[in-house]
Amino acid sequence: MIPARAEKDRSAREGVGASVPRREDARLLAGEGRFVADIKLPGMLDIAFVRSPVAHGRIRSVIKPGGLEASVFIGADLEGVTGIKAYSGLPGFRRSIQPVLAEGKVRHVGEPVAACLASTRAKAEDLAEAVLLDVETLPAVSEMTRARDANAPLVHEHWTENVFLETAVDIGFEAAIAGAAAIVKRTFRTSRQCMAPIEGRGVVAYYDLQAEQVVLYSSTQMPHVVRTGLADCLGIDHGRIRVIAPDVGGGFGYKGVLSSEEVFATWAALTLRRPVRWIEDRREHLTGGANCREHHYEITGYAAQDGSLLAVDCEAIVDSGAYSIYPFSACLEAAQVASILPGPYRLGGYRCRTWSVATNKPPILPYRGVARAGVCFAMELVIDALARELGIEPHAMRLANVVPPEAMPFTNITSKYFDSGDYPEALRRAAAAIDVGAVRRRQCAGERVGVGFAIFCEQGAHGTSVYAGWGIPMVPGAEQATARLTPDGSLELRVGVQSHGQGLETTLAQIAHEELGVPVAQVKLVHGDTALTPYSTGTWGSRCAVMAGGAVSAATARLAERVRAIASHLLQAPPSDILLENGAARSRFGAAEVTLREISRLWFTAPQNLPPGAEMTPLEATEGYKPLRDTGTFSYACHAALVSVDEEIGTVRLLDYVIVEDGGVLINPMVVDGQVLGGAAQGIGTALYEKMPFDEAGQPMAATFADYLLPGAGEIPPIRILHMETPSPLTRFGQKGIGESGAIGPPAAIANAVNDALAGLGVAVSELPITPEHVLAALARANGAAE
Amino acid sequence: MKAAAFAYTAVASSAEAIGALGSSGPLAKVAAGCQSLGPMLNLRLVRPERLIDVSRAVDMRRTTDEGDALVYGGAVTHAEIEDGLAPDATPGWMASIARGIAYRAVRNRGTIGGSLAHADPAADWVVTLTALGAEVLLCSPAGARRLPLSQFVTGALATALREGEIVAAVRVPKRGPAARWGYWKFVRKRGEFAKASAAVLIDTERQETRIVIGAIERAPLVVPDAQAMFAGPQTHRAVLESLLPGRPQGSLVFHAAALRRAIAIAQGETAQAAMP
Repeated sequence: MIPARAEKDRSAREGVGASVPRREDARLLAGEGRFVADIKLPGMLDIAFVRSPVAHGRIRSVIKPGGLEASVFIGADLEGVTGIKAYSGLPGFRRSIQPVLAEGKVRHVGEPVAACLASTRAKAEDLAEAVLLDVETLPAVSEMTRARDANAPLVHEHWTENVFLETAVDIGFEAAIAGAAAIVKRTFRTSRQCMAPIEGRGVVAYYDLQAEQVVLYSSTQMPHVVRTGLADCLGIDHGRIRVIAPDVGGGFGYKGVLSSEEVFATWAALTLRRPVRWIEDRREHLTGGANCREHHYEITGYAAQDGSLLAVDCEAIVDSGAYSIYPFSACLEAAQVASILPGPYRLGGYRCRTWSVATNKPPILPYRGVARAGVCFAMELVIDALARELGIEPHAMRLANVVPPEAMPFTNITSKYFDSGDYPEALRRAAAAIDVGAVRRRQCAGERVGVGFAIFCEQGAHGTSVYAGWGIPMVPGAEQATARLTPDGSLELRVGVQSHGQGLETTLAQIAHEELGVPVAQVKLVHGDTALTPYSTGTWGSRCAVMAGGAVSAATARLAERVRAIASHLLQAPPSDILLENGAARSRFGAAEVTLREISRLWFTAPQNLPPGAEMTPLEATEGYKPLRDTGTFSYACHAALVSVDEEIGTVRLLDYVIVEDGGVLINPMVVDGQVLGGAAQGIGTALYEKMPFDEAGQPMAATFADYLLPGAGEIPPIRILHMETPSPLTRFGQKGIGESGAIGPPAAIANAVNDALAGLGVAVSELPITPEHVLAALARANGAAE
Repeated sequence: MKAAAFAYTAVASSAEAIGALGSSGPLAKVAAGCQSLGPMLNLRLVRPERLIDVSRAVDMRRTTDEGDALVYGGAVTHAEIEDGLAPDATPGWMASIARGIAYRAVRNRGTIGGSLAHADPAADWVVTLTALGAEVLLCSPAGARRLPLSQFVTGALATALREGEIVAAVRVPKRGPAARWGYWKFVRKRGEFAKASAAVLIDTERQETRIVIGAIERAPLVVPDAQAMFAGPQTHRAVLESLLPGRPQGSLVFHAAALRRAIAIAQGETAQAAMP
């Protein structure tokens, strides 16, 4: 870490650590953002897809409506197009190919089978209705726990069982469990969810005759990766494709993928030379896009009499759906389960087996937090169960077992390298803020209230070695940024990551300000365009603050050197004495200064005044960056929830919610708070509301938001965020990735709080979301036991 | 998710609407706020040939005082009742009911007449106006008729509306300060369709006591012996079970809870609240 800002006032108005209002909000809140659906091109055709009505079936025929054959496309029409492939590098991985338009078989409801083009979406839907799709329904694999049964139908007929990948790890397990005083075995499951960004997916594609390339506007988190995937599927050079992500209304992982719709639209624009558009609607999202979070755990925790955690044994199933998605594959989720389950705890032994099973459901995508929300739920409920068994306060049990600050940096049982942090202190602060003692008093007074904790770490901005180790087909390397002064002395930053709600137009400008002293208002961020920005694997994995932030710092620091060299000449002072502040260069020892504007003007339009040869050194720089280790930063948080349970109707009310969060040095605390709050709202959805039920035949049973419940503002309690700030020794400013954190803790904290409220009755909930029906069932079990 | 093509006529009065309906044939549909019809059109669950939009029909936008009752034009919106722009026939109950309907965006456009004509068993007006003893004013080329709401709603999404007839207005009896009211619905989140609901009216002045159970996938249930329910919640489950045979126990739990809570609110034991 370079202690650049240690010398400066922490309250620096615009630099690292300042809560600069988000610059992009003026545009977005005034309705002036430009999203894919706002783009209208002359002659543009709308696409409606004919989608599979069944979860598993053999396509007998697809008959195009008479006279309109030229407007309808099926798989056989896509000459030269190959399906989407994402093969894990791990041994034993079973391969699948996701077709652009299904041929032969359909493997989940909502899978595209034909594409219909017309002048409006309504007419395209008319056309889609007129396509005769004849499918022979096959028995479906709907329930992940039965996917490996001997008589289960095969999702991919050339496989021997419905498993993408099976993994096993055993680290000193048997030796560690000797002397266990408490052994608790639990079964947990989480439900399949829809990520439900405000803006769904969408594409507009057209052929640019002059550039001889197809331009794809896509609501994506990773334009560069999409381009690579498109080039592979279409068999054309990267130079023939430009991908642009305009304003994007939320991603959360749903847009971290190459979709069939993107491939088809690009092919259509290239082939037909007509602009085409597809905008996902909510029915498509809900019925064909429920693609995250579905896990099943059989987990056993072992602890000594004094509460020391000895070992954990787990068998986890991830419902990976029908295909391995590009670029993260079908196995990212299970890889995370196996490696992250131990969480922030010191363990003596650990054993974990995982199965990424194939089912007739949409292919799984990594939703904010990825597997962490599920593993945190499983692990933290086991901790509470052990604590209850041993008669220890749950937060005290955690306090005794989390990695202490003096052990940092710490390598845990799965070889995760914790860079820094004070986990016990986070627990203490959360316990004090939620006031455990007051809850216990209310319980003694007969109130059905409960308190629950969840403590977890979030590995973020992890890089090459981690993704290569997980066998993920796309492995991130360094991140790059270009910094460039314009003739008026403004700064242009070009980054390959893409902002879709993270506030990067503000935070990356703050980092540039830190290095160059350029006012934030004079920094323009160019992002989300493969033609204009350096390659990047995109925005995901809580990586931008660390990776793109580091790259912007490196590029602007390089540019600062060049600016100092010119200023040194103009101010007649050595470069080391030149300070860059308030958009100007000045000597540390004199009042004389020269503005960036003047320096730029000279370089671009009056080079005769520059030091000799200075015009040969560009006022722009591209630099790569990766942290000192690529194993990731470990931000962490402790969530504490206070709930009441209504015994008559089984509802859970959130009375208080505290998050103690340590994201290292915060680039912009206000932006971080926004990220944490938004994530927590999603986590509350996972905990209490969201579930896409599938029936035996693999049919999704919720087609609108009347049936798929998302929490609204009214369901989110006031959330108190308490910050700790332990710098990461690995990153440029000590910052850590924190973007997913808020979504990870709520299911565990809320479930533990509900179970705390029910503890006196001897029953517990074990499934997400915690619906009134679940709670009433648990209460009925308690009554049954009492009778 | 775009509607199949349809023709569209906006009318300026109920008379014009009736005329348009008469000349359009059976596949025309009356539309007002479109908060239920709109999604159904987009999901292509309904495919009318023509929509006759009454949301700007002048006489259907009015509220008229008839002395012992207020008559709300069918196109008066929930938001207008919530905000007091349309007068309240009750001591604030209607505004409170309106405030609990879905979300403000829905209330801005959704109408009282539209809600009744749609007759969703979980809809707030369907349940509460039955309890409040409201009547609908139905108009057609054949003339006008008045029907108590309890006879108008005949089932889930089913009404006594005849071909060519529209819900022109809703007549709600006024309630004095001595009258008591309780309404409670079970929802997991604000704005959601109720999974169970109950409304209780105790009007000693007009000697009316009514208890209505809603969100039961049929017309609202008017409990025959309302007085018996006030004896205490012990018998509620059994009574509901006999009145609603075949209903799963899991669902009766919520209806019994709604009933108990609505009575408690009406009896002043707990404050009126829309949420559990």
